[in-house]
Amino acid sequence: MAQSHAHDDHAHGDHHEEGWFLKYFWSTDHKMIAKQYLLTGMALGVIGAYFAYVFRMQLAFPNKPVPGYGLVTGSDYNALVTNHGAIMIFWVAMPVLIAAFGNFLIPLMVGCDDMVFPRLNRLSYQIFLISAIVLVSSFFVEGGAFGGAWTAYPPLSAKAEYNLTPLGPTLWLAAVALEFVAFLLGGINFVTTAMNSRAPGMRALDLPMAVWMIVIASILFMCSVGPLIAGAVMLMFDQTIGTGFFDPDRGGDPVLWQHLFWFFGHPEVYVVLLPPLGFVAEIITTFSRKRLFAYKTVLYTTIGTGILSFFVWAHHQFIAGVDPRMSNVFSVTTVLISIPIAELCFVYIATLYAGSISFRVPMLWALAFIAEFLVGGVTGIFLGASGADIYFHDTYFVVAHFHYTFFPIAIIGTFAGVTYWYPKMFGRHMDETLGKIHFWVTIAGFNGIFIPLFILGAAGDHRRIFDYSNFPELASPELQAMRVFATVSLLVMLAVQPLFAWNFFRNMWKGKVAEANPWNANTLEWQCPSPPPHGNFNPMPEVYRGPYEYSQPGRADDFWPQNSPT
Amino acid sequence: MIESFILQASSYASQIDALIWLIVIITGVWFFAAEGIFFWLLWRFRARPGGAPARYIDDHEEHVLKYKWIEIPHRLILVCDVVLIIGAITVWSDIKLSMPATDETVRITAQQWAWTFQHVGPDGQMDTEDDIVSIDEMHIQVGKTYKFELMAKDVLHSFSVPVFRLKQDAIPGRVITGWFQPTITGEFDVQCAEICGIGHGIMPARLYVETPEAHAAWLANPTHYLAYKF
Repeated sequence: MAQSHAHDDHAHGDHHEEGWFLKYFWSTDHKMIAKQYLLTGMALGVIGAYFAYVFRMQLAFPNKPVPGYGLVTGSDYNALVTNHGAIMIFWVAMPVLIAAFGNFLIPLMVGCDDMVFPRLNRLSYQIFLISAIVLVSSFFVEGGAFGGAWTAYPPLSAKAEYNLTPLGPTLWLAAVALEFVAFLLGGINFVTTAMNSRAPGMRALDLPMAVWMIVIASILFMCSVGPLIAGAVMLMFDQTIGTGFFDPDRGGDPVLWQHLFWFFGHPEVYVVLLPPLGFVAEIITTFSRKRLFAYKTVLYTTIGTGILSFFVWAHHQFIAGVDPRMSNVFSVTTVLISIPIAELCFVYIATLYAGSISFRVPMLWALAFIAEFLVGGVTGIFLGASGADIYFHDTYFVVAHFHYTFFPIAIIGTFAGVTYWYPKMFGRHMDETLGKIHFWVTIAGFNGIFIPLFILGAAGDHRRIFDYSNFPELASPELQAMRVFATVSLLVMLAVQPLFAWNFFRNMWKGKVAEANPWNANTLEWQCPSPPPHGNFNPMPEVYRGPYEYSQPGRADDFWPQNSPT
Repeated sequence: MIESFILQASSYASQIDALIWLIVIITGVWFFAAEGIFFWLLWRFRARPGGAPARYIDDHEEHVLKYKWIEIPHRLILVCDVVLIIGAITVWSDIKLSMPATDETVRITAQQWAWTFQHVGPDGQMDTEDDIVSIDEMHIQVGKTYKFELMAKDVLHSFSVPVFRLKQDAIPGRVITGWFQPTITGEFDVQCAEICGIGHGIMPARLYVETPEAHAAWLANPTHYLAYKF
């Protein structure tokens, strides 16, 4: 009798009781794994931001002790910029945008109870956590952390006699490889769940754009990561057992690594770009009460962008010593990728037309994403045009361009997603006023950091230099003033982030209780309770229409949930 | 644009700067148009009490609007892209794909963390007894066209002269050739633009573009460089 009762409890997920360890650490529930990824990613974001603080302070006030760090040496500086880049891309953008939101949103948005492979999902997070620990540990080994840039070009990354960090590069590579395993496992789940577990009635073209984007991103990741993993294994052999895959003295070729790395590295940009593009589609439709303009165009354009992204990688190598004739081909493909990306921007802008736009905090972030990403997009043309790249390559212009794409992706996209889905994740609301203060200061700070860097790059500042006083043309007081301005902007931006942390953590317990559908949105995740119980839906939903049927004429409400029969 | 930040000191610097201007104008028009329409829509269709509700755009209207919002801009961007590509490839081909008749050769070797420049001596031939080798100082004559041979001893480096708008990575095991023609005299920065280890930030060199007389004076006074001779 007792046994059959226990069995009953399991059958009804909402009565499910678990111990602390099972619930928070060993959970197979997609929502808990999403929160694990989100919090781990945010914690590593704090580390990445701290690194940025230290090296920006060194650039603005060279060779003065940095409060909270101390004196920054050349090797410290290299390790900090290297790991800032690696952490922000692999341990912040990837876990938060793809893994956290993918895990949280896909089962809820397609209307099922969990991922198809829940235990694979749990394993994915655990491997990710190990990769993060391996990475952080590399700072505490003999010689210190790897400092050969996040691109890890050999021979510098391959030989300890050149990089002077005997263990750092190997740990760094191991961490990156583990992290890729984690995301391969996650990606399998995302694609399978979105394809196989959709609620009855939900066609592929009824999927919310956020799901499509995460699925396409996962496929791009799977297709591109193979060559890099092969390269990473070869590089690790070069480091540890003395093979010569990338060693010209022994028949290897250092440029081979660059091809393998960028064959992955460029699609990777779109891997992290697509999920926030999906969030933005959800948010701007909700807060302008409009149907997404040209759903199929968005979808096909995104797939086209993804395919084209496999044919542009060598634009990172125009002047790297590859055959200069090859640059012509890659310049053409790179400049052409402006067409689908511009199209996506136009679609989002067109969605606002004839809407009724309310500027809530998630909407502000989503709109900022569009406005700022446009800057990143157009400045990319300067670098994709091979003739102009001769000058801009490896200058701060590249750094500024990259951050105008990546900051909207990783930071603005994250804040957009977190502020939008927070009521669903935690069942409570964040504070709107604090959210707006945080938004405006962050955006002002961000532009204050990177606009000067465009100018510095145009004036010839080359990258990864810890002290410009050795270069008479770059040591002028005007240029130094811009470096100081960028650093002060960073300090302002960082200073306001505790406000977000307060808003985020405090309102988990103290915030205004959120109803199931606080934004009057259509997609399925808003049709279950906030926060969703174990098993998500009761009863399971059935789908009757697409995700963006807002403001249908003849209806009392200006929204029409996907699962509403009438 | 770039010329207002840094001098143009080579024959092709103005070509690159002109290409950058072309990109500034084309992308600038698109950028300001897109941002302008974006912010105008935000203003025009902001929700306000008593304001018009959002209007549902059905499939038919969307099909019509798509022409205006996507297909026309799509074609216009394609035209702009062709212009940009022609500009980019023209400049690239002139600088990196062609090798004009050169007057002299200079050999540049990068290593952690110094530059070695091997200049031809009075006999005008490379790899002869009278070659002149200098460390972190490159001496060339204004107006002459130089062929450079770029090498690296250990890791990747990148030979970058911002006033020339010249940048080229150096790869161990390879000799990469290219050219430049200085057009004004002066003393300029040489950078290493590819991360090359803990001394990457302290790998500057100086470039001296000299009149033939000044160059002859430098050649005539071996104390300037004799210490480096191997």
